[in-house]
Amino acid sequence: MKLKYLLPIAFIALFFSCSTDDDDNTTIFNEVEGLELIQTIVNGNETIELYNEKGMFETGYNMISLRIKDNTTDSYIEDATLSWMPMMQMPTMEHSSPKSSISKALGKDTVYEGFIIYQMTNTDGSGWSLTLNYNIDGTDYSVTETISVMQYENQNTATFMGSDGTNYILALIEPKDPSIAINEMKVGLFKMENMMTFPVVEDYTIALDPRMPGMGNHTSPNNTNLTYNNADNFYYGDLSLTMTGYWKLNLKLMNANDDVLKGEDVTDENEASSLYLELEF
Amino acid sequence: MKTLITVILCLLLSSLGFAQDENKETKKDTTKLEEVLVLSRRKLSNHRQEKTLSSIDDYLEKSNKVTMIKRGNYAWEPTINNMTSERLVVTIDGMQIFGACTDKMDPITSYVDVSNLEKVTIGSGQEGTENGHSIGGGIDLKLPSSKFNGSGFKSGLDLGYETNGNYKATGLDLEYTGNKFFISADGIYRKSDNYDAGGNEEILYSQFEKYNISLKTGYKFSETQSIDANVIYDKATDVGYPALPMDVSLAEALIASLTHYYKPEDKALKSLETKLYFNTITHIMDDTKRPVVAIRMDMPGWSDTYGFYSKAELMKNKHHFTLNLNGFYNKSLAEMTMFSNNPDEPDMFMYTWPDIRTLYSGIFIKDDFHFSAYETLASSIRLGYHNNKIAKEVGVQSLQILYDTVDDQNNRFLVSLASTYQLKKENYNLSVGLGYGERAPSVSEGYGFFLFNSFDNYDYIGNPNLKDEKALEANFSFKQKFNDFEIGLESSYFHIMDYIIGEIATDVSSMTIGANGVRVYTALDHASIFNTYVNSSYKLSERFAINGTVGYNYGKGNDGENLPLIKPFSYFAEFNYNTPKFNAALQLDGNGNQSNYSSQYGENETADYAILNLNLGNVFHNKLGKIVLKYGVENILDTKYSTYADWNNFPRQGRNFYVNLSFVFP
Repeated sequence: MKLKYLLPIAFIALFFSCSTDDDDNTTIFNEVEGLELIQTIVNGNETIELYNEKGMFETGYNMISLRIKDNTTDSYIEDATLSWMPMMQMPTMEHSSPKSSISKALGKDTVYEGFIIYQMTNTDGSGWSLTLNYNIDGTDYSVTETISVMQYENQNTATFMGSDGTNYILALIEPKDPSIAINEMKVGLFKMENMMTFPVVEDYTIALDPRMPGMGNHTSPNNTNLTYNNADNFYYGDLSLTMTGYWKLNLKLMNANDDVLKGEDVTDENEASSLYLELEF
Repeated sequence: MKTLITVILCLLLSSLGFAQDENKETKKDTTKLEEVLVLSRRKLSNHRQEKTLSSIDDYLEKSNKVTMIKRGNYAWEPTINNMTSERLVVTIDGMQIFGACTDKMDPITSYVDVSNLEKVTIGSGQEGTENGHSIGGGIDLKLPSSKFNGSGFKSGLDLGYETNGNYKATGLDLEYTGNKFFISADGIYRKSDNYDAGGNEEILYSQFEKYNISLKTGYKFSETQSIDANVIYDKATDVGYPALPMDVSLAEALIASLTHYYKPEDKALKSLETKLYFNTITHIMDDTKRPVVAIRMDMPGWSDTYGFYSKAELMKNKHHFTLNLNGFYNKSLAEMTMFSNNPDEPDMFMYTWPDIRTLYSGIFIKDDFHFSAYETLASSIRLGYHNNKIAKEVGVQSLQILYDTVDDQNNRFLVSLASTYQLKKENYNLSVGLGYGERAPSVSEGYGFFLFNSFDNYDYIGNPNLKDEKALEANFSFKQKFNDFEIGLESSYFHIMDYIIGEIATDVSSMTIGANGVRVYTALDHASIFNTYVNSSYKLSERFAINGTVGYNYGKGNDGENLPLIKPFSYFAEFNYNTPKFNAALQLDGNGNQSNYSSQYGENETADYAILNLNLGNVFHNKLGKIVLKYGVENILDTKYSTYADWNNFPRQGRNFYVNLSFVFP
């Protein structure tokens, strides 16, 4: 039995020791490795680079990395403070969206990060602009640039009015790469205080009932309701996926008093909840 | 349990047409053997088989203890003592081989054909553990033995036709035997359209087509050593399963082995046989021929096995030892892809067998102690190490949806013990046996993921934390002869602990559209299975004989519920007329009403039935060789019936005229 494992381990060890050598020779340390450039915004002496994994903004949760380059020295600024304001221009009004603050990415010198949840877009991706305010060495700068936000193929965000009259925005964050397993599900829940302010909603519960409409509304066992985690202000629960394909994640939002604000139970008569997110893999 | 003596006797007496055996079973047809002799042309002269071109399934069904579960007209699943595949060990000449279908549509008996085999050895309960661990028993499909008798070139041709289903079968057999070298090749081709049940009702999706070719060659180095190589290729296409929602577009097997024989003379060691083998199976289930389905799906499966055994026979004083050291490594993978009815949605995919690796190694020791001229005490032990591993991480993760702890590996140590006392006198035989056995759960029982069982209409999910299933067994048989009348009784009782069966999981939603729910494999604390058969025969004259069998079976769990697939009261009677050149047999075959059915597991009360068959045979000799003609009518009265073992009660064949013609050229 032992020998059976020994040989493969030896080979693997050999293989990896070789590949590490290669890395050492070629690596120039790149802090945005693995990220794709979305857009650059030039503002006087600075160029702001926006990155994420896909290289484009899509509706829903977008984790965004930023760098500010000093165009004269061609170096990246390491001690800026930043904030942002996304804005959707509608025919009669404009509104913003849920977002985080921007902070220095952990363990990196030049990269800042934060998230924006675009709750909607126009079919051609137009309508959104992004204002970036930043401070370098005590000097404030500001720039506004048009961005394009594409419609994500599935419903990864839900905007709705609860029975309490409040407008909420719910966005799927995890699983990003689902598998046939119990996946950790992570969502962000925000309320629309006004057109510009979207604070996090705390201590609600989101009941979860994943279904496959294509398979006779098959569901999976051992899912758990999502609950609020005050360490990072998101909601977490267990999402079981028994096969690949299209899943409708039926949800029911309850406030701290367990009053149902939105969504219904899925039954034989009621195929789906009015509050749901979608997942495909 | 076949000893070397039996094997040698089989060979020696094959020209006489039947093998002497110590045993106890009465087959339904005229042979009285536990070993169902799957003919070969060499043994045709005995008229033993009703049809020279019967399938293995037909042959197996002749044994009392064997019943074939039918999901269609092809690839029947053998059961012994009312126990199905997972409680049996089915091998091909000692080679482990595992079906690749998660729905048991390809029992391994479907991957060989009669032309490949010399005989079938059936061991009931712990007497069947020579090749592996089992609860219900073992079936070993024996390949022909090597021979170096210099008989030269031989050939044979078989043609068969049956009216019901427009069934055609052709077999060709070529053989050259020298003194140091032999080579033989055979091929068989079968094709059937849909058959008709009684009353001319066409059973849709009961067609099949298959062919099987095999090549065997051997070389004799010296008087004591020889080697042979055997390759079997079997391919079935377009196999319909009327009782299931899906058919099979391909079931393909390649079975290869290399065997070394050492037969020293004048030593305690009588023979040493070592075999290396591998086999690979591809099984593709699809529903392209079904016009209406809830959702289209593909369910391919693969099973590869590599193994060896080394078997020694020793004779010392009154002891006859059999030692068998064996090991195998199996890889079972099956997946399911469902094509969404909504073209915007992606295909759905899951692993139904997430690449399960089984590694087994074990040793079997048997001693036949002939302590007096009439008495034998046969004792055997098998010890084995069994390891299961889930090779795909996604397999572990998918089972973790249901179970808190899923180890990717599972080790088991398995024990089988059996002891039988046999008394043989001229006019009576008696045998009493006790046994204890353990088995590991099958791949489906341990790791299956949403396997739909159309029998009870539930999806089944495996349980990686199952305990070994264990059985205590007692068996008894007795046979008394009074001049021309013979009567025998045989009986087995199994007390099975941790009896593995599916239990409804109310909190899990079925995957299959229209299924009743999900069952998860779990174990009953214990279950009891009992069977008894009374066999009798009466020789009216030199040419006329009557024989008959009645059987009773019982199976219940500790919860008092009936177990599924327990045979109801059954009976069989036959009138024979035999001369060297002609034989005729009229058979009556029937079952009583299945009143002790298991509604929990999807059974309903299957009505009683009885059918009549007439089988006739002639032999002609001429200058070129010999011609054997077999013909007859099955289900003469065109009864519409189904048995307890017919999946979802789909009806069996109605009236069928058949004719088989065999040419043997020496």
